[in-house]
Amino acid sequence: MSLVIKNLHARVLGGQEILRGLNLEIEKGRVHAIMGPNGSGKSTLSKVISGHPDYEVTGGEVLLDGVDILGLEPDERARTGLFLAFQYPVEIPGVSNANFIRAALQARLKEGEELDAVDYYGDLYKEMDKLEIPRGFTARSVNEGFSGGEKKRNEVLQMAMLKPSYAILDETDSGLDIDALKIVAAGVNAQRGSNIGMLVITHYQRLLDYITPDVVHVLVGGRIVRTAGPELAHELESKGYDWIKEDLADAATA
Amino acid sequence: MSTEVISQIDVDRTRGDFHYPEQHTYDAGTGLSHATIDYISDVKNEPDWIREFRHKALDVFLSKPMPTNWASHDLDNIVFENIRYYLANAQRPTRSWDEVPDDVKRTFERLGIPEQERKFLAGVEAQFDSEAVYSNMKKALGDEGVIFVGSTEGLKEHPEIFKKWFGKVIPTGDNKFSALNSAVFSGGSFIYVPPGVKVKHPLQAYFRINAENFGQFERTLIIADEGSEVMYMEGCTAPKFETATLHSAVVELVALKGAKIQYVTVQNWSANVFNLVTKRAIAHEESEVRWIDCNIGSRLTMKYPGVILKGRKARGEVISIALANNGQHQDTGAKMIHAADETTSNVISKSISIGQGRATYRGQVHIPKHLKGCKNNTECDALLINSTSRTDTYPAITVRGSGNSVQHEASVSQVSAEQIFYMQQRGLTEAQAMSLSVNGFVNDLVREFPMEYSVELKRLIDLEMEGSVG
Repeated sequence: MSLVIKNLHARVLGGQEILRGLNLEIEKGRVHAIMGPNGSGKSTLSKVISGHPDYEVTGGEVLLDGVDILGLEPDERARTGLFLAFQYPVEIPGVSNANFIRAALQARLKEGEELDAVDYYGDLYKEMDKLEIPRGFTARSVNEGFSGGEKKRNEVLQMAMLKPSYAILDETDSGLDIDALKIVAAGVNAQRGSNIGMLVITHYQRLLDYITPDVVHVLVGGRIVRTAGPELAHELESKGYDWIKEDLADAATA
Repeated sequence: MSTEVISQIDVDRTRGDFHYPEQHTYDAGTGLSHATIDYISDVKNEPDWIREFRHKALDVFLSKPMPTNWASHDLDNIVFENIRYYLANAQRPTRSWDEVPDDVKRTFERLGIPEQERKFLAGVEAQFDSEAVYSNMKKALGDEGVIFVGSTEGLKEHPEIFKKWFGKVIPTGDNKFSALNSAVFSGGSFIYVPPGVKVKHPLQAYFRINAENFGQFERTLIIADEGSEVMYMEGCTAPKFETATLHSAVVELVALKGAKIQYVTVQNWSANVFNLVTKRAIAHEESEVRWIDCNIGSRLTMKYPGVILKGRKARGEVISIALANNGQHQDTGAKMIHAADETTSNVISKSISIGQGRATYRGQVHIPKHLKGCKNNTECDALLINSTSRTDTYPAITVRGSGNSVQHEASVSQVSAEQIFYMQQRGLTEAQAMSLSVNGFVNDLVREFPMEYSVELKRLIDLEMEGSVG
């Protein structure tokens, strides 16, 4: 069981190709990290997999437990088990967090089935407690007026409630101070397990101090150029991305 | 909230779209003349002063041009000579639901009346075409001196109160349609709340048009005496006919010193109804009038509830939600006429335009120079769903003098693609996402409606959003 990305090519509608033959397999139960310099295609990857309408796939496949999801609408992909924790979570004025998450869960039920309100709030409060989110949060509008830390905690909360089989965390550390980062990382770690495969996208190694990946990939120029264990993240932290680019250049000319 | 309550107040357009064969005992025929008015007055056995009032009003109506110099030219599609102005089965509403004729009873039962009454209302009046077929109020209220009857009964049996206020808030010549209503009015409510009486539960009127080529012209007059409180709610539906139907009501409210009136409307006429309504209140010293108005149905609605703030420290408020779908034009707004010191008014209007729907806001705020300490706040927000949707805002604010303050905010927004994508990523379909966004947009106003209505409103909005995307 895995999320398999095969020779994926994609671009912004009508633009330059950003992903250029990307291959990756995220197995259930494992945490993969993708690191890469700015402009390497990290965020594009998350948007293409989740079906953002501004992007078009020009080649390749994305298989979720064997199902090709590239032909599906974003909501169908989500209900198939894909979750994206957004780098910039969107504000939805007037829609309370409690109603939003409830609607998302309701959307996963069969026609005529109704979410049990008591159970729902029980689960919601339990997960909120883990993330140190106060009760008043439920009545606030989704992400409206939230601090960076609150937004990211909300993403992790939604992930906990929706229980995806594969989750992509896009720059989840951006905009977080160290205390918020620790809480968010603890929330993510609590969800690790055999039922979920995770892809953590980050520019900095800092996040990986708290969410230790099983595998680290380096993305440059729309392709995975290095794959190794967690130690690769530390190497990148001390040496920067330039040495990889130089290595690649050397390899190209050799 | 129980699903039982929700199902009982289900009044969606599909549920309203049915009608029974007509069997009218009283029919004024097609077209409008002085003979029509005599027919109505004869049938109703009205006093002479009302008959004269009607005849004069008809002359005013005939002399006034259509207001198409500023309003929609769709008004020109109303053919007054093709309309039937009075249709009724009986002259007195029954007090017992059992005595209501079967087809009428079935109509209202399908629409959830009068189960609502048993649930949470203090009184119900149900109007079918021109006359109320049923009217009942909890006995305790009658014992306290509260009057809740139809307009005909009001003018005949309580002339000392009725005559004093009738036509005083909205004079016959206010506009072409107030003149039309004054000529042919029938039905509507007459309510009087004695000093100090606080009616805890809402009084409800339900308006139903069953007949084709018909005009409904109810006339409502509510007087809240000193220190009293009352909430009135009205709902309306009609079946979908091929031809246009006209609904033109006049509603006058009088809040005497320290009284509070809340008037709640959920308008869900079918999309062939011209809904041209004049609603105005006079607010005396320290009184408060709130119009809470939601327009979802009709072909063209023109309605600008107003408050004349006549006494010191009077407060007026209009909370308005309009939803314009394909083929609909919701032309709504508010009028706040400040006429005493320290009066305050608040207008909050939100409109949603879907497909080729058009929403228009017209606001008038008037604060003359000699007044002190007056305040107005106006907010109007429009949400456009599709690129073909349209919204217009025409605020007219006249504030003179230095001791008064006015605040006006307006916004036009669209549901962003990023919002929809975010919600879709959580598993909601595009239509569900759109519905949730729209409900979010009006959420703060929906909360102003009684709970049973706010649930219903959300459902109506969901229905309207179906098929609006993709």
